[in-house]
Amino acid sequence: MSEIAIHLEDVRKTFDEKEYVVNGLNLDIPKGSLTAIIGFSGTGKSVILKHILGLYRPTSGRIEVLGEDLNKMDNDQLTDFRKNFGVLFQGSALFDDMTVLENVCFPLSEHRRELSEGQMVEIASRKLQQVGLDSKHFDKLPSQISGGMQKRTGLARALALDPEILFYDEPTTGLDPILTEMVDNLIVETHHHRTGITSVMVSHDLEAAFRIADFVAMLNAGQVLLFGKPEVFFETDNELVRRFVAKGMKKT
Amino acid sequence: MSDRRVSWIDRINGLIELFENTMTGFVSEVGSMVVFATDALRLSFKPPLRYLEVIKHFEFVGNGSVMIICLTGAFTGLAVSYQIYLGFKMVNAVNLVGPTVALGITRELGPVLTGLIVAARAGGAMAARLGTMRVNEQIDALDVMGVNTKQYLIAPRIYAAVAAMPLLTAIFDAMAMLGAWFLCVKLVELDPAVFWDKVQNTLKVRHLFEGFFKSTVFGAFFAAICTYRGFHTSGGAKGVGEATNRGVVQSMVMIIVLDYFLTNMIRIFYLAIGATP
Repeated sequence: MSEIAIHLEDVRKTFDEKEYVVNGLNLDIPKGSLTAIIGFSGTGKSVILKHILGLYRPTSGRIEVLGEDLNKMDNDQLTDFRKNFGVLFQGSALFDDMTVLENVCFPLSEHRRELSEGQMVEIASRKLQQVGLDSKHFDKLPSQISGGMQKRTGLARALALDPEILFYDEPTTGLDPILTEMVDNLIVETHHHRTGITSVMVSHDLEAAFRIADFVAMLNAGQVLLFGKPEVFFETDNELVRRFVAKGMKKT
Repeated sequence: MSDRRVSWIDRINGLIELFENTMTGFVSEVGSMVVFATDALRLSFKPPLRYLEVIKHFEFVGNGSVMIICLTGAFTGLAVSYQIYLGFKMVNAVNLVGPTVALGITRELGPVLTGLIVAARAGGAMAARLGTMRVNEQIDALDVMGVNTKQYLIAPRIYAAVAAMPLLTAIFDAMAMLGAWFLCVKLVELDPAVFWDKVQNTLKVRHLFEGFFKSTVFGAFFAAICTYRGFHTSGGAKGVGEATNRGVVQSMVMIIVLDYFLTNMIRIFYLAIGATP
């Protein structure tokens, strides 16, 4: 049995004390794996991601990340613990008043204060080159570069602190097929570039999820309906999974 | 008859319930704002100290507001002194226009109008900026980067507003007095020596500080309200608009309501130390 990076045990979450968005969810994400979380809209994928990131506290249940119980941490400890995470947001979430290079330097200036400015620029430039961004774009503002370049910058920023776990929140939603393929390849390359890094991707893109992920978790009604290697999803007898996969693959 | 009575009782109950819900909502919201602002200020003492952020926001709130404050100050002085001149002329007391304007401007109009103008300009911008950062997930990005967002985004804005407000009020006061001087001396031809002499004899340093104290409190309140609204924005562009609108309106109302209570507080303080309010 491989080591577990993220452990969710009977996690429940309600916002209005009536309806449970997450309803007794159990999930173990192995260390070093690339795991995709898929499911219908409104099944709690993003809510689960926010729980793992410590942005939401569960109503009940246990969440362990890298062996640490998030429920036992206060807000300051959680803030500190998040240095272990890198996140690529759906809309990249770049700081629009900073240049591309400044965006990538920002996490370093916050957490690696022992570094000189030159060293920070060197690390940031290396991360940007790693994700395939040409140096001629480094001094541009996010509004002056394309959506694909913004994704690359967002990924470089997520990688800046060499995180233990990398999260991708709907990384290809709203992108054209070429850009989608570019982002998918970027995720795979990034995952294989650093040995031991755990990657978690929340996605609507089933084709990409099954192609690049080591494990896939399908959520339904706030619970894990099926978890396993991609091939398990094509062999299952579960009618709901079969329908979802068939429709999703047809669409993509 | 019985049905009608029941219906009236229901209506009264409904009104009581509405009042109760409104009051509960109001108290809970004010409580959340206080906790939000005090939390941000508490965190501001933890390293890393964000003094560069404070300077950056001070530049925006302070320097960025100087021109508009000069303009509104000068015209307020002109308009107020003219109205007072017209009133005092009827009782042959035009020599008192200068000191009356000076007291009114430094103690009331200066801090209140500066507060309203800066709340609309800088407070609105704070709410809109933070709201946009929230809906674009930039605040979430800061959170997951391990940056304390209240310490980084909120506290520097509150400090900047608190520091900039008394300085802007001083500028407003000076420009308003220049406006009053221009009207009284150049337009209605009062004696300039009498004008300044009366102002100097009446206006005390403590009157100026009353205004500065009020404006400092206004700065803290509008910054706390607007940052709270912006920080808790939801619902895309519409949400940003609503947050900005609510932030500015609530700040303005708060400034006017607070002004009354602060004036009374200062009056009680003067009476307690045996001074004339």
